[in-house]
Amino acid sequence: MSKKSYRQAINEALRLEMRRDPRVIIMGEDVAGGQGGSSGVVDAWGGVLGVTKGLYTEFGPERVLDTPITEASYIGAAAGAAATGLRPVAELMFVDFVGCCLDQIMNQAAKFRYMFGGKARTPLVIRAMFGAGFNAAAQHSQALYPLFTHIPGLKVVVPSSPYEAKGLLIEAIRDDDPVIFLEHKVMYDDEEDVPDESYTIPFGEANLTREGDDVTIVAFGRMVKLANEAADKLERQGISCTVIDPRTTSPLDRDTILDCVADTGRLVIVDESSPRCNMAADISALVAEEAFDALKAPIRRVIPPHTPVPFASVLEALYLPDAAKIEAAVKAVMNHKVTEAA
Amino acid sequence: MNASITPITMPKFGLAMTEGKLAGWMVRPGATVRAGDDLADIETSKITNAYESPAAGVLRRQVAQEGETLAVGALIGVLADADTSDADIDAFITQFNAEFSAGAAEEADDIPPEPSVMDVKGRALRVLDIGHGEGDPIVLIHGFGGDIGNWLFNHAALAAGRRVIAFDLPGHGGSTKDVGPGSLEFFSSVVVDLLDTLGIERAHLVAHSLGGAVALTTVKNAPSRVASLALLAPAGLGPDINMAFIDGFITADRQKTLIPALSYLVHDKGLIGRKMADDVLRYKRLDGAVDALRQVAAANFTNGRQTDNLRPVLETAPPTLIIWGKDDEILPSSHAADLPDAITVEILPDTGHMPQMERSEEVNTKIRAFLSH
Repeated sequence: MSKKSYRQAINEALRLEMRRDPRVIIMGEDVAGGQGGSSGVVDAWGGVLGVTKGLYTEFGPERVLDTPITEASYIGAAAGAAATGLRPVAELMFVDFVGCCLDQIMNQAAKFRYMFGGKARTPLVIRAMFGAGFNAAAQHSQALYPLFTHIPGLKVVVPSSPYEAKGLLIEAIRDDDPVIFLEHKVMYDDEEDVPDESYTIPFGEANLTREGDDVTIVAFGRMVKLANEAADKLERQGISCTVIDPRTTSPLDRDTILDCVADTGRLVIVDESSPRCNMAADISALVAEEAFDALKAPIRRVIPPHTPVPFASVLEALYLPDAAKIEAAVKAVMNHKVTEAA
Repeated sequence: MNASITPITMPKFGLAMTEGKLAGWMVRPGATVRAGDDLADIETSKITNAYESPAAGVLRRQVAQEGETLAVGALIGVLADADTSDADIDAFITQFNAEFSAGAAEEADDIPPEPSVMDVKGRALRVLDIGHGEGDPIVLIHGFGGDIGNWLFNHAALAAGRRVIAFDLPGHGGSTKDVGPGSLEFFSSVVVDLLDTLGIERAHLVAHSLGGAVALTTVKNAPSRVASLALLAPAGLGPDINMAFIDGFITADRQKTLIPALSYLVHDKGLIGRKMADDVLRYKRLDGAVDALRQVAAANFTNGRQTDNLRPVLETAPPTLIIWGKDDEILPSSHAADLPDAITVEILPDTGHMPQMERSEEVNTKIRAFLSH
């Protein structure tokens, strides 16, 4: 066990699974970064942010495929390879690029099992980085997990820490259905203790990062960290929070969310994706329908505005949820007074 | 400085603890306490534990507030006799805090020892080897589903003036998950391999639960390697075993289902926290861990009974101390009845299956006294 970054944890998951199972291959743009250039350096970068570094040198060009810049072709090829016996991990680089290959994901990979009468398996993982906070502007900053969550047949993973990322990625690679694995680009240097061995974290089981009596906070990906920061501060002010990291948006651990809301009676949802039809909206509907009588205050959502992600750093910060906004939302639900109808 | 003043400071439970949270005071200011009375509950990242008063006196001040997190060694309260003036107490607190913050800066690079994974005759075992001194070393052997963390409150205390080695049995913690047949014979051969690898001719075995049966098997197979036995709620002395615990421990895959299983382990159910359950889940998620547990359970608890009867070993065993919690819900303390007269048996009241955690001070004291004879 040692401290590993989110980037190292993901790299280690890929490496261990490639060693364990020769059917696991990697495909994507620049995954053997620097390969094929004129410098003569092999795998100089290891992907644009260094996540796949060293895999090309260990596993070679037959298992680490540097693809042309054509998402439609290599995501389609990965879906076909999965259906015919390999276990590809295809990297979309920025999740925003899904626009170029949505048919291959939405109409093909996600539907194979259903359309072929349950006889097809598609053990495909699509990795991509997502999220704002990097000044990468509107076409490279989106948090598109609700888009994939909307599509039946896909599993969608949003790991919130290095430990979570490693265990969830190994689970994703061993899963026989298409999995969308979304890494928050601002978290690649976050570090924590991560076991050296292989381990798996099951899908559809939320993690409670803390338990409290007053308010339930549901948060996704990087927002889990911010929710815990806010909860630390609130605890010193006498407000105790439960923080739920659902880990996967599809399948969603509805039971844990409903149980915790039943205990606390108050719910704040932190979701950095565009607010219309996002996870905050989805969970609000779930709780309003299934746990209405438990609620002591209206549900509060800490969400960005319905705009493209701004480029200017000041505006980007304004756009994103942060610990102060979460703290304010928790206080708002705590201070809610029920007004009796006349 | 007034000699009657005793500082109450944040204790260090285990090697890795650097800070603790004062979860609650058990004694009001102005109350008289005896040495050994519970003063406060201290919550660490692993477990909540009662802090016993180091001396008798009146609790004059609660310096730390409930919910406050402080570094190990920081002042949390002041004990003194009733005659000591408030001014003296205030002066003491001021001086203590000034010296403590100066000392803390010096000790900033005092890194706790880390376990390492070593090759033991072809098997990867995680080992934490600390302490030096005359006399045979101690080897700590944990039980079913346990790891070196089970000795959190004992390892450092026993290592004052003696070498003490804790390790994860195969299938457990950070060791290889290959448990072979999973039998006592197998685990006992690993203990002997470990002694060989570390160059230890003879060791005192301090062993818990199934580890106790491993220690007894080691006495049976390699008597010359065992200087003495200190067994905490050992397996192998009777047929009963709580299979609801064993099955629950193996099958639970989330905090909510695991916590009820872990609660069988202790008398004070409040000790089992979310963090403890999370540590167990992290272990169980490792490739091969659950298969290993199933193999060990199948080999040792066939049809819901303990497979091996090791009572005959005690007829000729080296000096043996047995400590058992009266309220053990995993292995009943009645298994300690009718043992040979030479064996010292201590039954601790209000204690469950983990006396080394629930009554750590008492267990450490008893083991040290036993070894000093």
